[in-house]
Amino acid sequence: MNQIDKHIGRRAFIRNTGLAGGGLIIGFSWLNSCKPKNISTEQALEMPKEWFEINAYIKIGDNGVATIFCPNPEFGQGVMTAMPMIVAEELDISWKDVLVKQAPFNTELYERQFTGGSQGIRRSWEGLRMAGATAKQMLKQAAAEAWQVPVSEILVSDGVLSHEATGKTAGFGEMAAAASNMEVPENVETKAVKDFKIISHSKKNVEGKQIVTGEPMFGLDYQYEGTLIAMVEHPPAFGLKLKSFDDSEVRNMPGIVDVFQINTYDDNFVRNFFDTNAFPDLVAIVGKTTWEVMNAKKKLKAEWEPITEKKLTFDRFGSISEVTVPSGLESTNKHNELMEKMASQPGEIARKDGDPESAFKNAAKVLERSYSCPFLAHNCMEPMNFFAHVTEEGIKLAGPSQAPSIIESTLASRLDVPAEKIEIEMTRMGGGFGRRAYGHYAIEAALISKQAKAPIKLVYSREDDMTFGIYRPSYQATYRAALDENNNLIAFHVKSGGVPESPLFANRFPAGAVDNYLAEQWVINSNITIGAFRAPRSNFTAGVEQAFLDEVAEAAGKDPIDFRLELLKRVKENPVGEENDYDPDRIAGVLKLVKEKSNWGQTPPGVHRGVSAYFCHNSYAAHVVDVVMDGDQPRVEKVTCAIDCGIVINPDAASLMAEGAIVDGIGNAMYGNMTFTDGKPDHSNFDTYKMIRQNEAPKEIEVHFVQNEIDPTGLGEPPFPPVFGALANALYKATGRRFTKQPFSTDKPPLVG
Amino acid sequence: MAKLNLKINGEVKEVDVDPSTPILWVLRDHLNLVGTKYGCGIAQCGACTVHLDGTATRSCMLTVSMVGNSEITTIEGLSENGDHPVQKAWLDVDVPQCGYCQAGQIMTAAALLDKNPNPSDEEIEMAMNGNICRCGTYLRIKKAVKIASENS
Repeated sequence: MNQIDKHIGRRAFIRNTGLAGGGLIIGFSWLNSCKPKNISTEQALEMPKEWFEINAYIKIGDNGVATIFCPNPEFGQGVMTAMPMIVAEELDISWKDVLVKQAPFNTELYERQFTGGSQGIRRSWEGLRMAGATAKQMLKQAAAEAWQVPVSEILVSDGVLSHEATGKTAGFGEMAAAASNMEVPENVETKAVKDFKIISHSKKNVEGKQIVTGEPMFGLDYQYEGTLIAMVEHPPAFGLKLKSFDDSEVRNMPGIVDVFQINTYDDNFVRNFFDTNAFPDLVAIVGKTTWEVMNAKKKLKAEWEPITEKKLTFDRFGSISEVTVPSGLESTNKHNELMEKMASQPGEIARKDGDPESAFKNAAKVLERSYSCPFLAHNCMEPMNFFAHVTEEGIKLAGPSQAPSIIESTLASRLDVPAEKIEIEMTRMGGGFGRRAYGHYAIEAALISKQAKAPIKLVYSREDDMTFGIYRPSYQATYRAALDENNNLIAFHVKSGGVPESPLFANRFPAGAVDNYLAEQWVINSNITIGAFRAPRSNFTAGVEQAFLDEVAEAAGKDPIDFRLELLKRVKENPVGEENDYDPDRIAGVLKLVKEKSNWGQTPPGVHRGVSAYFCHNSYAAHVVDVVMDGDQPRVEKVTCAIDCGIVINPDAASLMAEGAIVDGIGNAMYGNMTFTDGKPDHSNFDTYKMIRQNEAPKEIEVHFVQNEIDPTGLGEPPFPPVFGALANALYKATGRRFTKQPFSTDKPPLVG
Repeated sequence: MAKLNLKINGEVKEVDVDPSTPILWVLRDHLNLVGTKYGCGIAQCGACTVHLDGTATRSCMLTVSMVGNSEITTIEGLSENGDHPVQKAWLDVDVPQCGYCQAGQIMTAAALLDKNPNPSDEEIEMAMNGNICRCGTYLRIKKAVKIASENS
């Protein structure tokens, strides 16, 4: 058994008395209770007559049913099920007696309620275990006192306490009241991995029933009496801002209540990391129903004018920087021209090992390849939206956000309201992918509510959503490799950059494996806004690096997996440099597992295979992609995937995450493409922005997990980036041609004259 | 605006809306039936799928004036207790990630199986291609449709 102890600190344990609702409530700094939510009556569980709050994560009913709160907001990654599983495991209750609820937003209680970076489980692992283990200890204490026996002799299993010598037993329900009065223990023991009964045993999505019956769950479904609908009009192009508007035709349209301008923040507002926003000046239309407001928006006349270059101040988690936003109306063909120009010039050196220049000069073979990718729109299925009700008393908000603490912070600053007066209800998100960490729409909703003096639901149309910005950047990379006469890789050079950020990771594989190594980067500034998109930067770099390694392996006459394993062996035994940002054994581990599970080397007839492996966001993933040809059209038939994310909390849900990442990767590699003409996004809806469909998804996906006892790491992002590389490598085998320009569906060979 | 009667989930509902209002917004904003979702507004994503006399129809472009006496079924009315074979198969296979597209997927699948109880993989793909899943649950969707077809 393990002990988690004092790094939390005794001072964090406070004892509260006199809280409304009766019963003593014990609080950690993040374990205070809050108003309980309405118990859902559609649960099959019998509801208790009385609930006892053990801590902020757990309430136990007098009949032994427990409510476990999930602190993090859910966007399909499965935390609503996985986080309570961890608590339930250490509590040692039967999963069938667990009711799960979304916790309210309260970082004093729950410390970290951010969804993104694949960090949720990883960062909350110890805290969640502690919540369960502490509660179990308190229940044991209650039984020990009731039975007048030593607490060390109390056993717990599946919600039942027992004492062998006396034969006494009791369910959690019988001891809950007494347990809620116990001192919070200082040291608690947690289970050994081999004793897990819930963790690593698949459980179904706790909200499955609500989803398949259409229960209100999403921000767009939010209901509140007296709510008016609002929509906002933003400029049609990046590089433009609002000059004036004419609402004369709109004001008298059916259902319209008001039309006015809002300013989300002015140029002097110190923005935080997620306050990205190209369009702070908006026209807001407020009305009674969505359709009426949509119609009015179509009739709104607005005039736009070019922006002038401006400097904005960002406070990125304490680090203040100034960002210059250039003026101008940018186009994709110009971006591509500029990127090619930057690629041909020296970049900023990020890492240099040995003497790459000499190595390349003296090489037997030199390979070079350039790659590029376009901007991508996140295209969450649920468009951006948020509810806000601003009154004298404070601000009540509800809606889809990955980063409610950022919204609270920006809103407190913008509206000069103390954080304690801001309440945020986290609804289930219809997708996030990074987009919903940028909460401009919550600020807009609050500003509109304040002006309209009414509760407001702000709704973005699909067109509003797709053209607002905060895209995945456009990137370019040029790779070079040098082989000696024995086909050893003696030098490796990557130069990459993008509009408007570099995707380079200088210390990732194959850095550390090559004596002579050079990594350079460059940036082209832009007024098109960008933001985190599922595995930022990795989502380009993984694919192109893995495609290039394939080419190098081929030139060296080696099998692509063996080639990588050789290099990884070298990193393990004799690494170059000390800053190698990955565990070579674990990359090798997923490669070996995927090699075995895909029957690598025994490719079925008609199948063309590509492999890749990558480490990002703390986890390791490898894919083998099987492409077949339908006539002259390549199609992905099957993907075999191997993942090392440490302990897998909910295996079936984890497989589902990998499946989704694979489909998403294929879709974006093949089709995703946001382009611009004079600042205007060329696509605003799914009629022209192509999304992957049912018949384009692989027919089969197999996911395998490396079994180990390493503390769990994330899964939302890691399986996504390497898909692009494995796909490119499979397409090469299928067609004889290297696909280097994403989206691959438009990367056609030049016509032969 | 006009007072009109609509047959929805076996009941007659009176609504006071402009006849050019899409059924999607009548459901969501006037009848408190928010299971039918808005995804694109131009019948490209399938999130708004309902049944019109049993046929899968995108309600974002189905106006009140087009409906007449036809019966509309929404996700809320697909079954009494969420126990339609498609819904049960969805839970069995544990299909959803974010869940936003799933009501539309289920409605399309239910209409397919009603007309074609034993669809081939290709027929499933053709019928379901109008429903986008951004989270990529397509493989499980197909598996659930097949299980539902075996069980109905």
